[in-house]
Amino acid sequence: MDFGFTIAAYAVAAVLFILSLGGLSGQESAKRAVWYGIAGMAIAVVATLIGPGSGLWVMSLILIAGGAAVGYQLATRVQMTQMPELVAIMHSLVGLAAVFVGLNAHVEIGRVAAEFVEAGLPFPQPDGPLSEAAYALLGTLSNFGELIGKKTGVEIGILRVELVLGVWIGAVTFTGSVVAYGKLSGNSSLLPFKIDTSAKQLPGGHMLNAAAAAGSALLLILYMTGSGTWALVLLAALGFFIGYHLIMGIGGADMPVVVSMLNSYSGWAAAAIGFSLGNDLLIVVGALVGSSGAILSYIMCKAMNRSFISVILGGFGGATGEQMAVEGEQIAIDADGVAMALNEADSIVIVPGYGMAVAQAQQSVSELTRKLRAAGKEVRFAIHPVAGRLPGHMNVLLAEAKVPYDIVLEMDEINDDFPDTDVVIVIGSNDIVNPAAQDDPNSPIAGMPVLEVWKAKQVFVSKRGQGTGYSGIENPLFYKDNTRMFYGDAKVSLDSLLPKVG
Amino acid sequence: MKIGAPKEIEPGESRVAMTPDSAAQLQKLGYDCVIEAGAGAAAGFSDAAYEAAGVEVVKTAAALWKAAEIVVKVRPPTEAEAKRLRKDQLLISFFWPGQNEALLELAKSKGANVIAMDMVPRISRAQKMDALSSMANIAGYRAVIEAGNNFGRFFTGQVTAAGKVPPAKVLVVGAGVAGLAAIGTATSLGAIVYAFDVRPEVSEQIESMGAEFVFLEFEETGQDSAATGGYAAPSSPEFREKQLEKFRELAPEIDIVITTALIPGRPAPKLWTRDMVEMMKPGSVIVDLAAERGGNCDLTVADERVVSDNGVVVIGYTDFPSRMAAQSSTLYSTNVRHMMTDLTPGKDGQVVHNMEDDVIRGATVAYEGEITYPPPPPKVQAIAAAPKKEKPKELTPEEKRANEVAAFKAQTKNQVTLLAIGAALVLGVGLIAPASFMQHFIVFVLSVFVGFQVIWNVSHSLHTPLMAVTNAISSIIILGALMQVGSSSVLITVLAALGIFMAAVNIFGGFLVTRRMLAMFQKS
Repeated sequence: MDFGFTIAAYAVAAVLFILSLGGLSGQESAKRAVWYGIAGMAIAVVATLIGPGSGLWVMSLILIAGGAAVGYQLATRVQMTQMPELVAIMHSLVGLAAVFVGLNAHVEIGRVAAEFVEAGLPFPQPDGPLSEAAYALLGTLSNFGELIGKKTGVEIGILRVELVLGVWIGAVTFTGSVVAYGKLSGNSSLLPFKIDTSAKQLPGGHMLNAAAAAGSALLLILYMTGSGTWALVLLAALGFFIGYHLIMGIGGADMPVVVSMLNSYSGWAAAAIGFSLGNDLLIVVGALVGSSGAILSYIMCKAMNRSFISVILGGFGGATGEQMAVEGEQIAIDADGVAMALNEADSIVIVPGYGMAVAQAQQSVSELTRKLRAAGKEVRFAIHPVAGRLPGHMNVLLAEAKVPYDIVLEMDEINDDFPDTDVVIVIGSNDIVNPAAQDDPNSPIAGMPVLEVWKAKQVFVSKRGQGTGYSGIENPLFYKDNTRMFYGDAKVSLDSLLPKVG
Repeated sequence: MKIGAPKEIEPGESRVAMTPDSAAQLQKLGYDCVIEAGAGAAAGFSDAAYEAAGVEVVKTAAALWKAAEIVVKVRPPTEAEAKRLRKDQLLISFFWPGQNEALLELAKSKGANVIAMDMVPRISRAQKMDALSSMANIAGYRAVIEAGNNFGRFFTGQVTAAGKVPPAKVLVVGAGVAGLAAIGTATSLGAIVYAFDVRPEVSEQIESMGAEFVFLEFEETGQDSAATGGYAAPSSPEFREKQLEKFRELAPEIDIVITTALIPGRPAPKLWTRDMVEMMKPGSVIVDLAAERGGNCDLTVADERVVSDNGVVVIGYTDFPSRMAAQSSTLYSTNVRHMMTDLTPGKDGQVVHNMEDDVIRGATVAYEGEITYPPPPPKVQAIAAAPKKEKPKELTPEEKRANEVAAFKAQTKNQVTLLAIGAALVLGVGLIAPASFMQHFIVFVLSVFVGFQVIWNVSHSLHTPLMAVTNAISSIIILGALMQVGSSSVLITVLAALGIFMAAVNIFGGFLVTRRMLAMFQKS
């Protein structure tokens, strides 16, 4: 039996998903876009439940309801600063689900083959129309089994390639996401094990990854030639290992790329599974998600002026020569000094970074912004594409603290305005305001586009203490004549500033 | 050692080189302080105040010169004072060694060491002792106040019930320290201020003080003041002509002119000629801060206030700092105190006259029986020479067009190459794969394409919601698990059930979080 209705519903759902992603082009249309996504998902699930997935539908519904409860808890409890971790851990669920579905497909193939052999019928099907007996047997199978039973030899071969891909990518996504979660959350107590947040690889490094990949390719060939379940299980194991080891080797500063890359992987895994199940909607959505993640990764890499390959293979590109020595000293300033400068300034630009998220200082930033704007000053935010640990991380935090989004600007929109700016406040960011990227060809971040804050009349850097921060690169900005260091926890510092301005 | 400040002898000089505050600081350096009775009276510092600060008050100048090993003064010593100098006594004051050669000779013959506060080199490190700048700052401020005193109207424009008052227009010529101070004072009083200087690089400083830079169209690219230690150099006759022409154009409109143009070691240039004064409105005011050196205005008489035939007031006072003696004494004595700090590295009340030090060497004009003026050029350049900027070449319209065409061609080439590779790959797959696979494959290729088209438009600030939403919809894998859960195999059912559960977590979590995030984006 075919499900014309289900296919039609899938088409509608696919259109809704595309609209949902397209709607994210603007803040206002985005609010509508989420509803498109939700509607698409609802249509797809309902259509599947009354169509090809009708077996055990009660249990399915209960499971979905259970998942819904857990998902609701997660979504409402999570702090906005923990968004990167949440996204990462959710990717792992998709990855694991893909592994399960892929394994199921393999088991099903085995079962169907066994039934056909029992009935004395050929399997896979020879080319040409199916025999009467085969038809009769297909009728007794489940929907999925029926799909497999109809396939010819070549089709079964392709099916196997697809399910291997699905399982393997899913496995990489799963462990990779878990490791990314650990690194992002700084080892939250939810994890039963500890993960080193710095880039770390087992001895052998890239060779180990390459060997594991080669081993996977070999196992794929073995599996295709019919060596059975153990090859698939081993493949999944290798996938788990690669995901773990690959992400382990990537430093915390590159996490935005990693998260969007894992996002991409989870999409490709879904697409691969879609092929093996012959489900177009899975393919469409998987491809959409996969390309979305790929584009995000590309944008992130470009913002850091790094090649995708070097990020994925881990570790900063390494300095190519002697880095410029930084001269001068870091001059500290207290809250009174900063407040005085702020009260005198007309235009102010705030550059938030990961440090703001860590200190949970976005509310204080918002309050400061409100006071300064009430005093008639022009306050704007400059967001670097890789600020934070997730694409758009800073935007979300500022939005949570009710900073109006029309004063939050991108790097390209605001970089030319710095020479006309009176005061720049840098809150917990380092590399994205590092002039060495432009001045020092030997710097590890040479050529990376940065916010040119040092061109402003005065720069205040809110920072926990002296030191080089996440990437370990010395920042000449801190030594410039027009820079003053405002040491201390970002939230405490800003709160001490609040009564003094306005 | 003892530091002593005598009463200034010059008539009309109200300043004093030591205040109770500076005396307290000097004592911290280990010195004993002495002051002549009544020295600070004109500046508002009573003898009692000095005594309270621990300063010994001596009755006569003679006693003071005798008691003190170090004498600090404002004005250069008179001949009588200079004769009181003795061997190894240190004198710190304005000295103008270029103009007072006889005085310098006298000081040398007495064997005294002389530090001239006007010779402190203009380097960053020496700014704290730059008494000329301190005094110029006061002169600039006072010039505006003095002008206001002689000007019959408001500075600021007002619309009142009794009629409209136009704002005063002020022109400041020469944007040195005094000029900039004058600009700041005049703008804060509400006047419209124009400023001129032969050094084009100061236009930024002028604008930062709130005045408008009077721009001169001239071929000869202005002067680089870095070569002359921050001072102006004489300009060519052509440039001067051009400059006067500009002033003539401005003269009828300007209410107040403040001239501060000086060239080191030369008489002040004549910039505001008689005919310009005649063009000005009656009641206008000219304050000539260069009066001591001959004046920038033709009509200036040093130390006099003159009124021209057409009723323009020309003020040529030379004692502006002295007219604000309390303020200028405070600043000058602080400059002197900083000089003493540099001379007393051990803070033990002993002078170490280090002739290797750029600042001390530059300011010392007589040392151990030798005249040490003029000093060798300082080792540190006063102001870094402005690097000559290479202007980016303007592209002609043809070149731009050619660039665009080239870019378009490159883009086309790129796209075609990508399309060709993509097509070849798809066709390659099509050759080996069966038709049933290709149906799905087409869907896949199209979806990737649609995805690329759609995602590029997503706004940057929404990347986090995008990730959350794509994460939610990638749980579409739930469909696969739903289809498999009905299987008769227990293993499959269990795995599929797990899959359904995890995907459901993801769907609900993902969408809810996205909604939460988007609800937060608010317009101001």
